[in-house]
Amino acid sequence: MPKSETNSPQPNYDGPPDYRVVGRHGVYPETSHDEISRFNFLAQMNRHLSTKIMPGVGEAFETRVQKTFRKQNSRDFVNRHEVRKALVNDSMFQWWSALRRATMETRQQAGRWVTIRQASDLINKVNELTDGDERLQLDENFVQPRSTAAIDHHCMPGSYHTELLPGDVTGAANYDVGIFATTGGMLGRYNDGGGVAVAEWVKEKFGDDFKPTRILDLGAGLGHNVLPIAQAFPDAEVVAVDAGAPMLRYGLARAKAMGINNVTFVQDDVSNLSRFSDESFDWIQSTMFLHETSYKSMPMIFKETHRLLKRGGIVLHVEQPQYTDEMPLFEQAMRDWDAFYNNEPFWTKMHEVDLDDWMTKAGFSEAELIHGGVAAVVDKDVFPDAAEDESEDYGRKAAWHVIGARKGS
Amino acid sequence: MEDPLDPVLLAGSKSKGKRPWFFENPDVERVMNINLALIQEVAVMRERLDTVERLLESNTPVTKENIDSFAPTKEQADERGLWMQEYLARIFRILQQDREALVRENEDSSEDVSEEFAQTD
Repeated sequence: MPKSETNSPQPNYDGPPDYRVVGRHGVYPETSHDEISRFNFLAQMNRHLSTKIMPGVGEAFETRVQKTFRKQNSRDFVNRHEVRKALVNDSMFQWWSALRRATMETRQQAGRWVTIRQASDLINKVNELTDGDERLQLDENFVQPRSTAAIDHHCMPGSYHTELLPGDVTGAANYDVGIFATTGGMLGRYNDGGGVAVAEWVKEKFGDDFKPTRILDLGAGLGHNVLPIAQAFPDAEVVAVDAGAPMLRYGLARAKAMGINNVTFVQDDVSNLSRFSDESFDWIQSTMFLHETSYKSMPMIFKETHRLLKRGGIVLHVEQPQYTDEMPLFEQAMRDWDAFYNNEPFWTKMHEVDLDDWMTKAGFSEAELIHGGVAAVVDKDVFPDAAEDESEDYGRKAAWHVIGARKGS
Repeated sequence: MEDPLDPVLLAGSKSKGKRPWFFENPDVERVMNINLALIQEVAVMRERLDTVERLLESNTPVTKENIDSFAPTKEQADERGLWMQEYLARIFRILQQDREALVRENEDSSEDVSEEFAQTD
């Protein structure tokens, strides 16, 4: 169709790609035209929220919220909680928040509809690939830690662990089909842009002399972040640990369907991994996971990583940036949104702790600590590039900080 | 095997954890949520119509199967994406105008100015 006949005067399109570019592996749920259209709408809606509506919250803060607070209190804000409590009274913040929450709930409904309507088919497909496979190690007596049981993370009904049927995988499949909508496609074809970035970063930073033979992924979920690491180090034995059985079942089936065969999926609590012996891993990784733990369990997780790491091995935690004194209080308050309004209760406290201090308390020396940053690596011809994207979606952008350590030899 | 689950009911399940409400009157937020669902479904229908038009243009039979398996080219996807951006801008016009008003201080209202313009000296 000639450009002159299109219904839009805008010459260049910079929005999310069509959902149909998402990679479909052997256990991917089937999607009808209209189901795909819902994900397209939701990806566009999230993009509209972050680029067209959310900047208005900053403008409202500058032009009225801050001024009103100063007038009423004869002083400035002293912390992010004061900023947030002032923002919640402002109509621009209210509209952005109400729409952002509603969009997340709508996204969950869209993904649950797709996956629950074909729950039995998905279970059968996964069973065919995982039955009798020793790389799936579930514990039927496993008790969910309070950090996953108390609240459904990011408004995902049933969180990572609930089973609607025996052998259920719908929660994991829902995560897989819908994360495109939340990130606007920024995680790439197989939602693996974060893991690809980490693998490239490690190869770049540690060079050819770092040849891990055993890799441990903490809070692996359905394994989308660790599969690219397993692919980048095909000779390594990779262990992916998570609390949710549906994630692990789907994770192994998904990995096998993608031809990735060096990952074992284990159900356990990552704050106590006594099943593994001391100094038995070369690389321990967590990606966007620490914020889903708790103040009590995080030091235990850090201690376990120190115990489990071989000498010369590396531990890396990938997260959204910490709140530091250099970060404006407004930005901190906006980044706290997911903690209070998107069921990520540990997000706020996790982002204010001194991670360096926690790492040294776990046994690492300051000289061993590693800091860095990564942005999702995707096929730029098809997917939006987080590194080049100038918009900010506080807490949602596919660009992260790295805190870690290399254990001295 | 027929699924023993009710996907219509379960798709809309509430997540565990007390829901935050942002507007002073929660009913305003309920109406907004119902509106958002309708905004979504109009977008879905529009995309389906676009697919049907493109099948007709390429002399492809308009069957349910062809609609479900349709995949736009990059150029077609961009056109559809542009339409969606334009659509959302139309839907949320009032919030765009709220933003513009925020940074325009001391704007006169028509009522204010009508007084001024009515003065004879």
